[in-house]
Amino acid sequence: MNEYRKALIDPIFNNNPIGLQILGICSALAVTTKLETAIVMSLSVTFVTALASLSVSVIRNHLPSSIRILGQMTIIASLVIIADQFLRAYVYDVSKQLSVFVGLIITNCIVLGRTEGFALKNPPLLSFIDGIGNGLGYSVVLLLVAAIRELFGSGKLLGFTVFRLTRDGGWYPANGLFLLAPSAFILIGLLIWALRTWKPDQMED
Amino acid sequence: MFEHYLGIFLKAVFIENLALSFFLGMCTFLAVSQKVGTAAGLGLAVVFVQAITIPINNLIYQFVLKKGALAWAGLPDVDLTFLGLITYIGVIAALVQILEMALDKYVPKLYNALGIFLPLITVNCAILGGSLFMVERDYSFGDSCVYGVGSGIGWALAIIGLAGIRERMQYSNIPPGLRGLGITFITAGLMAMAFMLFSGIQL
Repeated sequence: MNEYRKALIDPIFNNNPIGLQILGICSALAVTTKLETAIVMSLSVTFVTALASLSVSVIRNHLPSSIRILGQMTIIASLVIIADQFLRAYVYDVSKQLSVFVGLIITNCIVLGRTEGFALKNPPLLSFIDGIGNGLGYSVVLLLVAAIRELFGSGKLLGFTVFRLTRDGGWYPANGLFLLAPSAFILIGLLIWALRTWKPDQMED
Repeated sequence: MFEHYLGIFLKAVFIENLALSFFLGMCTFLAVSQKVGTAAGLGLAVVFVQAITIPINNLIYQFVLKKGALAWAGLPDVDLTFLGLITYIGVIAALVQILEMALDKYVPKLYNALGIFLPLITVNCAILGGSLFMVERDYSFGDSCVYGVGSGIGWALAIIGLAGIRERMQYSNIPPGLRGLGITFITAGLMAMAFMLFSGIQL
C-alpha cells in the first residue's frame, strides 16, 4: 500500500514533473492565462497520462522494444483524440480557447516520459496511480500559475471579479503584462526558485 | 503574391515565434540550450524537418482528411478531420525516420552534425504544433511551404539566442535555488519580452 501512496504523492512536490523533471512545459505556459482553461487542460492531461500508463503497462510484456515508441505514440494519440472530441462536444468554448494545445498533449513529454520511464517496468495498477500522481503534480503548477495570472492580469478568478478594475470604477488597475507570454516564463522561474528553497535537495550545482 | 509570402514568413519568424510566443518545443528548448554549437545543430534539424513535414501534412489534409476532400474517390460526404492528430504524428515520425536514413546514406557530414537530434525531434511539440497551426489557419500549399521554413527559422533563432545568453551566464553569481532551470526560465521570459516588440508591426 505504501508504494501506491508514494507513487501518488511523490510527483506533487518531491519529484514534480515541471519543477524537477523538465517535462511538459510547453502547455504549462500557454494555457495559463485563465483558471478555467488551466483546469480543463489539467483534467485532460491527468486523464491521458493515467490511462496511457495503464494501457502501456498492461501490454508491456508483449511489446517488442524495437517498436515500443511507435506503440506508445499510437496509444497516446488515440487517448488524446478521445479527450479532444469529448471537449469539443461538451465544453466547446474552452476547447476553442485551448486551440492546438489539446492536440499537443500527444507530444507532451510527461505522458511519454511516464509510459517510457515507469509503465514499461511496473504492474498496471501502480502505473495507473503513478500516471494520476504526475498528472496532479502538473496540475498543481498549472493551477497556481493560472490563478496568479488571472487574478493580477484581469482581477478575476474563474470569471468572477475579485479585484474591481479601475476602468469599472474600482481600485485595481489591471496589469496587462500578466496576460502576456513573458510573465508565464518568469512566474514559473520564480515558482521553481520557491520550491527549491523549500526543498534544498532539488537544487542544481 | 511575393508580399503575401513575405508577410507569412516574417510573421512566422518574429511575430508569432513558435518558442517565445506559443511556448512550443519548450522541453528541448530548455534542455539543449547549454552550448551554442549544439543549439545550432538542433535548430538546423528543426528547420529541416519543419520545411518538409508541414507541406506534406498540408497535402494530406487537403486531399484526404478535410471535409469533402475525398470527393475525387467518390465519397463527397466523408469528414476525416478527427483522424488528424494521429495522422500528423505518424507522418512526422515516419518522415524523421526516412530523413535520418537518407541523410546517413547521401550526406553523412550533415548526418553527423545533426546526430542525436533527429530522433528527438519526433516528440518536439514545435513540429506537431506547426502542422496544427497550418490546419487551423487554412494555409494553401504555397503558404505552408513558406510557413514551414519560417517557423523553423524562428525556433532556431530563439534557441541559439538563449544558448548564447546561458554561455555567458556561467560566470555570474546566481542565488543557489535559482541556478539551472529557474534562471533559464527567467532569461527566456526576458527574451520573450524582447520579441514582443515585433508584435506591433503591421504587415
